[in-house]
Amino acid sequence: MTGYNFAYLDEQTKRMIRRAILKAVAIPGHQIPFGSREMPLPYGWGTGGIQLTAAVLGPDDGLKVIDQGADDTTNAVSIRRFFARTAGVTTTTHTADATIIQTRHRIPELKLTDKQIIVYQVPQPEPLSKLESSRAETRRMHGLAEYGLMHVRLYEDITRFGHVSISYDYPVMVGGRYLMSPSPIPAFDNPKMHMMPALQLFGAGREQRIYAIPPYTTVESLDFDDHPFRTTRAPHACGLCGAADSYLDEVVTDDRGGRLYVCSDTDHCETRRTAGHTGTESPPVDAPAEQAA
Amino acid sequence: MTDDTLLSARGLNLRFGNIPALIDVDADLWPGEVLAIVGESGSGKTTLLQVLSGRVAPQSGVVWYRDPEGRLLDVHAMPAPALRALHRSDWGFVHQNPRDNLRMGVTAGGNVGERLMAQGSRHYGRIRAEAIDWLKQVEIDGARVDDLPRVFSGGMLQRLQIARTLVTHPRLVFMDEPTGGLDVSVQARLLDLIRSLVRRLNIAAVLVTHDLAVARLLANRIMVMQRGVVVEAGLTDQVLDDPQHAYTQLLVSSVLSA
Ligand SMILES: Nc1ncnc2c1ncn2[C@@H]1O[C@H](COP(=O)(O)OP(=O)(O)O)[C@@H](O)[C@H]1O
Ligand SMILES: [Mg+2]
Repeated sequence: MTGYNFAYLDEQTKRMIRRAILKAVAIPGHQIPFGSREMPLPYGWGTGGIQLTAAVLGPDDGLKVIDQGADDTTNAVSIRRFFARTAGVTTTTHTADATIIQTRHRIPELKLTDKQIIVYQVPQPEPLSKLESSRAETRRMHGLAEYGLMHVRLYEDITRFGHVSISYDYPVMVGGRYLMSPSPIPAFDNPKMHMMPALQLFGAGREQRIYAIPPYTTVESLDFDDHPFRTTRAPHACGLCGAADSYLDEVVTDDRGGRLYVCSDTDHCETRRTAGHTGTESPPVDAPAEQAA
Repeated sequence: MTDDTLLSARGLNLRFGNIPALIDVDADLWPGEVLAIVGESGSGKTTLLQVLSGRVAPQSGVVWYRDPEGRLLDVHAMPAPALRALHRSDWGFVHQNPRDNLRMGVTAGGNVGERLMAQGSRHYGRIRAEAIDWLKQVEIDGARVDDLPRVFSGGMLQRLQIARTLVTHPRLVFMDEPTGGLDVSVQARLLDLIRSLVRRLNIAAVLVTHDLAVARLLANRIMVMQRGVVVEAGLTDQVLDDPQHAYTQLLVSSVLSA
């Protein structure tokens, strides 16, 4: 480890990022600009998240990295290795053992605690970007809490599809004040952000923005009174552990249309299986999986 | 400013370089009244409308607005959020080109409903019902609520813009040449519509037009501008039937001879 700075970034940069984090925590959901550094991997691979993790990581931390809920994708493995090498920290795949969880696309199924920090990798921090292209104008809209336009978007969705068709990156109001992009997590995960005991940090490397949700902050998904926000999941139980309430991935098992629904959160699934839960491993396509357990 | 004046301007001056767009302009508007600003192109009408509505600051002078609680607000001294809130609620702005105001990629219903949503309406069914009701009020078939404005004619676009503006029942509407750029037959229908809406809803309006016929049809009072100066002001019929200023006389006679 000698000759290397702890957790890759120099102390000056970490201080700068920590200052941005403090501001972000002080104004929940508000985007704070920061001087994003060049990282040894391309944008879109989590450079914003990595810089946040590097700035909050300490020698005693246990780091978990997930990508689409899994600990074993290329992206997750390489980020985990990166910090094992540059910070020498313990890494883990167990949500319960981690003190810092860096994530892309999911929030773990296990309820996080006030001893944990979750770091989200964010490609596009501005929830209004698709509706208003001018940065100056979106800043003004945030400043004045003028969010009618986002409701127009939901209105249009209901008009066209009968329901809000946003299934990922579903916009939320944080602390009743700031409209925020939760990053491309499924809308299924949105309720987990509400009053979460863990600190939630969001980092967008290319867009150079950091934002945060302090512990126990209200997070509401935008909706209409007569079209309330609802989470949806595939109407199956996990084929491996039988969980009927987790977010599922659909896995094609053969070239004859065979399908398997499994927990997208691999640690959740393994923990359940270790505890003795089972599922119907390969259900026939036309019969819904029976819940074992 | 009298106790019930809605909008009042005193001593407005604004120059663009060496072009005097406004010179010592005073104006008053009472609730439910339509005030027309007339004059030939380049006389300062649009500039005056922009200054009265707080969108452009004058170099000197003041604009007062009396809010529904009776408080006098100095329009150009208000914090930006308060002014924007005023534009979203109490006030409305109808542009000459409806495309400058409408969202062309959003359905007619979404366009009309936006101000309701901006004010906190959170019931889809009610927003939609109100949008349909407003489409009918501006003589657009309610069945077109889910259509995109792209497929609307020029006259329909202007009526849609009016519905979008009036849906929150503003007390004061600023209109800049609302019938400009439309065919004469379409203009007549739109003028009738505007006239009946402002009367029925008791809306006060400041209307910019270069067309004296429009002013005569819609306005209670009229201000005649020439090179940034208000040369004559008074009741519309009086000013147009018995113009005192030579410039007004010229305008009136050129309309008659046209
Ligand atoms: N933003 C501007 N910059 C420079 N000159 C302007 C600007 N706006 C208006 N003017 C000038 O001020 C005068 C009044 O313009 P305007 O208020 O648009 O007149 P009207 O609406 O009566 O045609 C014109 O000479 C115009 O060219
Ligand atoms: Mg003009």
